[in-house]
Amino acid sequence: MKHIKTISGRSLNKTVCNSGCGECQTSCQSACKTSCTVGNQKCENDK
Amino acid sequence: MGIHKFHLNGKNIVLDVNSGSVHVVDELVFDILDFYKESTLEDIILKLENRYDKSDIKEAYKEIKKLEDEELLYSKDHYEKHFNYKDQNIVKALCLHVAHDCNLNCKYCFASQGNYSGKRELMPLDVGKKALEFLVKNSRNRKNLDVDFFGGEPLLNFEVVKELVIYGRKLQDEYDKNISFTITTNGLLLDDEKIDFINEHMENVVLSLDGRKEVHDKMRPTINNKGSYDLIVQKFKKLIEKRGNKDYFIRGTFTRDNLDFSKDVLHYKELGFDVTSLEPVVCDPNEDYSLLEEHIEKILEEYEKLSKEYIKINKSGERFIFYHFVIDLDQGPCVIRRVTGCGAGSNYLAVTPSGDLYPCHQFVDQPQFKIGDVFNGIIREDLRDKFRSVNIYTKEECKDCWAKFYCSGGCMANAYYINKDITKPYKLGCAMEKKRIECALSIAANLKD
Repeated sequence: MKHIKTISGRSLNKTVCNSGCGECQTSCQSACKTSCTVGNQKCENDK
Repeated sequence: MGIHKFHLNGKNIVLDVNSGSVHVVDELVFDILDFYKESTLEDIILKLENRYDKSDIKEAYKEIKKLEDEELLYSKDHYEKHFNYKDQNIVKALCLHVAHDCNLNCKYCFASQGNYSGKRELMPLDVGKKALEFLVKNSRNRKNLDVDFFGGEPLLNFEVVKELVIYGRKLQDEYDKNISFTITTNGLLLDDEKIDFINEHMENVVLSLDGRKEVHDKMRPTINNKGSYDLIVQKFKKLIEKRGNKDYFIRGTFTRDNLDFSKDVLHYKELGFDVTSLEPVVCDPNEDYSLLEEHIEKILEEYEKLSKEYIKINKSGERFIFYHFVIDLDQGPCVIRRVTGCGAGSNYLAVTPSGDLYPCHQFVDQPQFKIGDVFNGIIREDLRDKFRSVNIYTKEECKDCWAKFYCSGGCMANAYYINKDITKPYKLGCAMEKKRIECALSIAANLKD
């Protein structure tokens, strides 16, 4: 494509099939403790 | 909604909200998208032909249409009906308040200088053991469990921490679990023995430092009202140096007194700390250090400023991580996780020194939020159900927000303390989070060049 560069494809859709195993880290156990950011957490199945 | 577009750090970025696709586009596409859904190609040509070549408009339109057909732009939300969110009563993480006491007197402390507005106390070993037993017994088929030693200051009760780690390892073998331990400390009591124990046994360590010396010392004085910066920085350096490749975070808080907080994040780097986080203070708006609507413009500018430096640093080949600028564009957490958020009150609970259970560490001075105790388990099923039911589809203000899959509806404690309702997001928090996500996406776009 000349006008559009896709840097990330269907990333959310890809996670649907194996969604919700619940093995990932609880976000408040990492650095935030006073806010909620989940988008930057790692998926245990993707390590 | 459907897409969110913005310009930052030299990039025109388009996020397709529901698929998570991210596109970097030229000015022409950026402009066409203002009209694309409501107008025909002919109308768009009429609107833009004074600025762009007609054939270019047609070509760009075709590219947009192709991505729309492939569900990479304006995709639908297919997730809402897909899942039963948090349908099981599983506990997988505990925040263990091993000390409701502290050796610092931080002005903004949500734990009210360590004691959470209650009496100063340390968690007895038997309560801690009961908590760990409660965790493994209520974790059902979850293998990975998290335990954070928190306070107050957990090093004030370090003998119990050590015993609990040993006991936790025994339980994990018995129940076939994998417990990940974290400790959050102000560092004052760190010595060689504690550093070695932490580095050997804790999967993560969160070290509290607010940035520049004058900033840190003003908000984080000792009980004798002296600055604590000089007492801790060398200890943190030593701990990290000896830690090897294991995870750590240098974590601080900013207030209205340091709205130029990008300097504090960069100060971490000057000190040699390369995995960092700096959080906005959340407190009663009447406090003289609180963040208010009038500060938001400056805060958002500051995040942008930090993102520019962040790109420069990381492009130069140096490793520097700011927690809120990390984003995994290839996958990251799954949809369920993004919809349900932190799990406070359902799979994440806080335990007080006497063994009471609360939805999270930020609720422990609120008796109406006591949800049970480690001896009897969950008593307030109604409260657990309430927390469990909160997700981005049940929060009115989140449903149509472009950022919903990144913040997962935000922090319920923030929502409660500002709006007295765990389902009503904290407005300033939303504005900051949205800016951080934009920064993160623009950083990812720049680093992919």
